[in-house]
Amino acid sequence: MPHASRQPARWTTPTRLALWALSALVAAAVLLPTVYLFVRAAGADPQVWAGLLRTRTLEILGRTLLLAASVTAASIGVAVPLAWLTTRTDLPLRRAWSLILPLPLVVPSYVSAYLFVSAFGPRGLLQGLLEAPLGVTRLPEIYGLPGAVVILTLLSYPYVFLSTRAALLRMSPTLEESARSLGEGAWSTFWRVTLPLLRPALGAGGLLVALYTLRDFGAVSLLRYDTFTRVLYVSYRSFDREGSALLALVLVVLTLVVLGFEAWLLRRVTQPTASATRPPRILPLGSWRWPAFLFTLGVAFLSLFLPAGLLLYWLIRGLNSGETLMALGGATWNSLLGSGLAAALAVAAALPVAILSVRYPGRLTRLIERLTYASFALPGIVIALALVFFGARQAPFLYQTLALLVFAYAVLYLPQAVGALRTTLLQIPPSLDEAARSLGRRPLQAFWEVTVPLLRPGLLAGASLVFLTAMKDLPATLILAPLGFDTLATEVWSAVSEAFFARAAAPALLIVLMSSLPLAFFVGRD
Amino acid sequence: MKKNHAALATTTLAALALVSACGPAAAPTAQVIRETVEVPVEVTAPPIVITAPPEQVAAEPGRLVVYSGRSESLVGPIIAQFAAATGVQVDVKYGSTAEIAATLLEEGANSPADVFFAQDPGGLGAVANAGLFAPLPEETLSLVPAGYRSPAGLWVGVSGRARVVVYNTEALAPEDLPADIWDFTDPVWAGRFGWAPTNGSFQAMVTAMRVAWGEEKTREWLTAMQANAPKVFEGNTNIVEAVGAGEVEIGFVNHYYLYRFLKEQGDGFAARNYFLPGGGPGSLVMAAGAGQLETSANPANAQRFIAFLLSTVAQQYFASQTYEYPLVEGVAVERGLPALAELNRLDVDMAALDDLAGTTRLLQETGVLP
Repeated sequence: MPHASRQPARWTTPTRLALWALSALVAAAVLLPTVYLFVRAAGADPQVWAGLLRTRTLEILGRTLLLAASVTAASIGVAVPLAWLTTRTDLPLRRAWSLILPLPLVVPSYVSAYLFVSAFGPRGLLQGLLEAPLGVTRLPEIYGLPGAVVILTLLSYPYVFLSTRAALLRMSPTLEESARSLGEGAWSTFWRVTLPLLRPALGAGGLLVALYTLRDFGAVSLLRYDTFTRVLYVSYRSFDREGSALLALVLVVLTLVVLGFEAWLLRRVTQPTASATRPPRILPLGSWRWPAFLFTLGVAFLSLFLPAGLLLYWLIRGLNSGETLMALGGATWNSLLGSGLAAALAVAAALPVAILSVRYPGRLTRLIERLTYASFALPGIVIALALVFFGARQAPFLYQTLALLVFAYAVLYLPQAVGALRTTLLQIPPSLDEAARSLGRRPLQAFWEVTVPLLRPGLLAGASLVFLTAMKDLPATLILAPLGFDTLATEVWSAVSEAFFARAAAPALLIVLMSSLPLAFFVGRD
Repeated sequence: MKKNHAALATTTLAALALVSACGPAAAPTAQVIRETVEVPVEVTAPPIVITAPPEQVAAEPGRLVVYSGRSESLVGPIIAQFAAATGVQVDVKYGSTAEIAATLLEEGANSPADVFFAQDPGGLGAVANAGLFAPLPEETLSLVPAGYRSPAGLWVGVSGRARVVVYNTEALAPEDLPADIWDFTDPVWAGRFGWAPTNGSFQAMVTAMRVAWGEEKTREWLTAMQANAPKVFEGNTNIVEAVGAGEVEIGFVNHYYLYRFLKEQGDGFAARNYFLPGGGPGSLVMAAGAGQLETSANPANAQRFIAFLLSTVAQQYFASQTYEYPLVEGVAVERGLPALAELNRLDVDMAALDDLAGTTRLLQETGVLP
């Protein structure tokens, strides 16, 4: 029964109800921290409300939005060319770059920003290198907005890179080729055909970048740019839970603003009808080949090679001065276990939400899908304390168990899985399912045999993203992990917070290594 | 099995006593201390007495849950010593003091924790003020000087952390530095110093200023310092690194960070500590400390652990491994550090430093904090 309408009654009622129920459950779980914030904020005394309206607070709100917008724009500016170069052109070492370019995502921001400052700070390594031959005694300031934008862009552009790359790979080359055959040049084809088709991918990736920026604490504090999250931390550190909750609710509102903005940008995006049936033609870059290569190398150098190299340098310097390596087997296993379970849970939770929002588009399903982002801009400490509140009081049997930690990871990082699944699902025409059903398959069977295999890149991408962000997670792990459950991230934190750099280097390198594995796996399959 | 434990404990402690008896010249590392567990029995130094009565050692040693606001690299080895010496199964949650305290406040009566081991008086105060601590026995409390324990007996100081000025040795000599922290308000210091206003120890110092100087003078100091354009750092570590690199000439930090840099990078590291001789809030010596949770399921072990932290072994550990000040009398400080008694310390009760909310408000009003 092929329906022409956008909302075909394609699945049986029980299946559809189950889909709704599951999605509602997921949304409720993600909203748990927000509920806690309301409970706490209700107890805030009027003085706190007055404090919220300080001009300084409003000014910081403005600064925060400015940072989020700048980082998102810069990430798109860096990531789209890179995605295009690695999928559509004869860029040298194209496949290797596809594996390398997403990796900066795995470097924790507190580590990356620290390394960035020690390399490019006014009296950092670079200055040291330049002093002897050139007599440079001071480099320009890196602190403040420019430094924060640069660092956060280098850390988060992979969100846009991955979503754009996936979209480019699945986009039917016929559209671009028709444009070319009608006489459009390469540039104008890109601007007028490719870029508009990339809008959902840019939206999904950009959204994650913007929310990541709102939530980040490590980079902005090391680069001395006051954002709302810093205000929130200052408040938490003075043990003012009510005031902190109120501030966190402001972050929830900011998230809604960002989500609304994204929805507004994508208000007239149409679902592409055809998906890639064959690989696109490779565009020869000609004389642009080496400049493009240098650009790619530059991004990879700043975002990955430099931090990894500095970590190695710390490690070697430490080993030379007699530092012994800690045994990291336990922490590595814990990291793999926690992040792996989190990836599985997040993808399982994201699946019904993504299906519902793509196959049954409507206000309510869109709302449910958007709600899964509610916790993503909240700093980990907010989520963690909310779960301490519910866990210790309502579910003591779950408190300080691996189950609760994995649940926290899933709540925190769910949007990454939802985003990856949604963008993939959008490119799988429902007509394929319907064709299978017209050949006698039952609805779920058709979905399982036709859509799920096509969905696999999205499943892998979502799982990998959750895996690696959970692996570098610090605040939730410190507060919610079972007793004695050390992870690589907590080992790094423990060493760095006490200035034992050599000890921090080994676990930090292991985080990068461990999280590159799934990334290499799913990028390598494309 | 039990006997083995006791024998091992004695051996460990004896070996430890030997190691520490060798003094700073032996420069034991954390690794060395861990290895001493393997030392054979012929070592015959007098064992260090833990305040637990013997029948308790013989009984089932049980469990202990410690929430530590001090990081594993600092206190992990000494907690392991306690576990090895007593046979108690110790589980530790590590985090920053503020976040652990927030967790304890959120857990309330359902907390699984037995002991909270905090880095600064602010965290201890927050938990004590929420009524979550049980009073400690008098014999434990009386081991440390009066200013370094809660007057209500709710927590006890374990080690001392002095506020110092760290200066770049290429830019400055000790003679160039003033006696009192107030004097850095002089415009000659403009643009030359770094501080970390989000740091708990810095905030404790500002709280001490409010106690010693009063609200108005502290506000004046903060405003004048702000006018001197301080470089804002995230923590003490970053400041010491920046001072060593010459990015700023001086920084306001705790004393022990420097020694870790000296250990990793050698004596060429271009920064040294200056203990302000003025006796004002800049000469504050704070305490890291511990308290027992009222809801503790293992109160006997909790008290034993806190008493152990004040034993000679543990106090020597803090002196030689974390370069802090032992608070129990008769334990020597690490070489190169002035003795606690030689410092012209600010005379202030640690328990008076618990109004972190007021300090945060003042820091925000003066624009020091966002």
